[in-house]
Amino acid sequence: MSTSTTEVEQKNTSSRTMGLPKKTLLKWYDEMLLIRRFEEKCAQLYGMGKIGGFCHLYNGQEAVSTGSIGAITENDYVITAYRDHGHAISKGIDPNAIMAEMLGKSTGTTKGKGGSMHLFDHRKNFLGGHAIVGGHLPIAAGVAFAIKYRNEQKVILCYMGDGATNIGSFHESMNMASLWKLPVIFIIENNRYGMGTSVERSSAVTDLHKRAVSYNMRDAVIDGHDVLAVYKATKEAVDHAKRTHEPTLLEMRTFRYRGHSMSDPIHGHYRTKDEVESQKKLDPIELFADILRTEGLADASYFKDAEKRIKKIVEESVTFAEQSPEPPLEELYTDVYRESTGE
Amino acid sequence: MPTVSFREALNQAMDEEMARDERVFLMGEEVAYYQGAYKVSQGLLQKYGDRRIVDTPIAEEGFVGIGIGAAMVGLRPIIEVMTFNFSLVAYDQIVNHAAKMYSMSGGHYYVPMVIRGPGGAAHMLAATHSQSLESLYAHIPGLKVVMPSNPKDGKGLLKSAIRDENPVIFIESEMMYGDKGEIPEGEYTIPIGVGEIKREGTDVTIVAWSKMLTRVAGKAVEELAGMGISAELIDPRTIRPMDWDLIVNSVKKTNRLVVVEEGWPFAGVGAQISHEVMQRAFDYLDAPIERVTQEDVPLPYAHNLEVASLPSVEKVVKAVKNVMYQNGK
Ligand SMILES: Cc1ncc(C[n+]2csc(CCOP(=O)(O)OP(=O)(O)O)c2C)c(N)n1
Ligand SMILES: [Mg+2]
Repeated sequence: MSTSTTEVEQKNTSSRTMGLPKKTLLKWYDEMLLIRRFEEKCAQLYGMGKIGGFCHLYNGQEAVSTGSIGAITENDYVITAYRDHGHAISKGIDPNAIMAEMLGKSTGTTKGKGGSMHLFDHRKNFLGGHAIVGGHLPIAAGVAFAIKYRNEQKVILCYMGDGATNIGSFHESMNMASLWKLPVIFIIENNRYGMGTSVERSSAVTDLHKRAVSYNMRDAVIDGHDVLAVYKATKEAVDHAKRTHEPTLLEMRTFRYRGHSMSDPIHGHYRTKDEVESQKKLDPIELFADILRTEGLADASYFKDAEKRIKKIVEESVTFAEQSPEPPLEELYTDVYRESTGE
Repeated sequence: MPTVSFREALNQAMDEEMARDERVFLMGEEVAYYQGAYKVSQGLLQKYGDRRIVDTPIAEEGFVGIGIGAAMVGLRPIIEVMTFNFSLVAYDQIVNHAAKMYSMSGGHYYVPMVIRGPGGAAHMLAATHSQSLESLYAHIPGLKVVMPSNPKDGKGLLKSAIRDENPVIFIESEMMYGDKGEIPEGEYTIPIGVGEIKREGTDVTIVAWSKMLTRVAGKAVEELAGMGISAELIDPRTIRPMDWDLIVNSVKKTNRLVVVEEGWPFAGVGAQISHEVMQRAFDYLDAPIERVTQEDVPLPYAHNLEVASLPSVEKVVKAVKNVMYQNGK
């Protein structure tokens, strides 16, 4: 749900909320809540065997997609890894289509071909969830190359996990993006672990944003639980990229509540229950609700109503998905080669 | 004879070889503290410590290359790829370096290493996470490719692969790690390049390996038996070197051949088998060779499309009836 911050709205003068329109702020709250409830439903459906494959939930990280995609327009691009439900919802993809995709139905985002890890929507400039770690980073730089090539005022936000910063493509992409001044914002969602391996056990430099130094790239580290901080840092990077075409590396410090995927344990050999519980106290949705409450932008009845509205959206998506047909078998052979016109 | 799961059998092979040979170490993502993404290395960290059971960052090109370098100067690496789909990130290291080293260096250096992990489709993992890449590796001179179908072969072949002087691509299956089977008591190995007749038959030869053998071809053979068709089932166990004599001799007896593989048809392993049999047993063939493969498309996520794309018992039965001229028209 990309937002244009230029929208004329009743002025909110609080500095905590950066004078952002109330409408925008409440939309972000609703969006984070939608991602949370949508995925809680996914977890349920996965448990019932209705969703298959690998399913990676974004619980705990909602402020990152919401705040950062809140800083771009509909014309800007987004590309991410397999933990992609949050980004897809934030970029305005219909929850019905996402849920249908999860259930492998013909009305899904990719007609049941990609599943949870591979959501796409070219109408929303959403260039995919990608399941080979690091595979999409050079692609993001390529999109940025095209933006610059056409001299457009656009950016691409490229999300990755902390674990992805150790694969070769990360370094190759960072270097070329900086060398050629490509308008890509690389966003590391540092949730401390790549599967069961902590940043400390996998990265020689644990302040991941500092890697930008070796590529002469701008960087910042942000509290990824704070949707406003995420927005502010991303907006700054986006504005800079639109002015200069220069890339930025942003490190968002965040946390995933669930196991790596639905088939992995929440805690175990690699992290303690205590760590998970103490991180949950910094819940991005709760934190933002507190701000809205203290700033007088939302009250108890607003939050209660939001729960109801969101619940309805989620339930509708499930009904839509369940009532949708499976893809017809002929669909197996479509979209393999595109017809060439010779032009 | 003890009964163990596939993952236990592979674990025993690594355990025994590490106990036997100080040069052997295991490296890969999540192999140590997490005890293996599929728990194949369970307990090895506790036993051998983090000098020999090494967790890596997500950096396939890097840690496969580290395996090659270590092997060139005398170690015996076992490199685990979380799945073979991710080995493609290291394809340059494997194809341009591991496979070439011995020949290109004129014998100065060789690469005794194993690259192992699961391959093939599991359940709705979609296009990038479901690939059967054995033909991609078998294509490359300098590499050996092993694909066991049961715990006994898994253990015996992995031990041989670890002792082999060449880079060995050892492809397991996520779906088969829980399969149980009997293994011989004590120390044993199974030679690379020797297949096995799983069931004798007279009417048709069926060649299948790994999951296709246990989940598809094996069941088709039962069904065919009920229809009065006696199929001879062959598990080559090794894709390269292939046990050509075993297959050719079987076809000389049955005069018909069906090859079942999970990978795609174009330039697949079955194409190579068909060619070899055509060359060596042309006069014995009573029907054109049939192949059952995955449909020639990237594998979709949706369950119904996935099932429709992959080889099935039904497709094998149909192929057998084709070579028996029993499908009618
Ligand atoms: C090249 C490659 N290697 C291994 C994997 C298996 N794998 C999938 S996700 C993952 C961990 C990634 O961690 P991180 O980048 O921190 O992202 P997070 O899951 O925390 O969002 C691994 C090892 C893969 N998909 N691709
Ligand atoms: Mg992570």
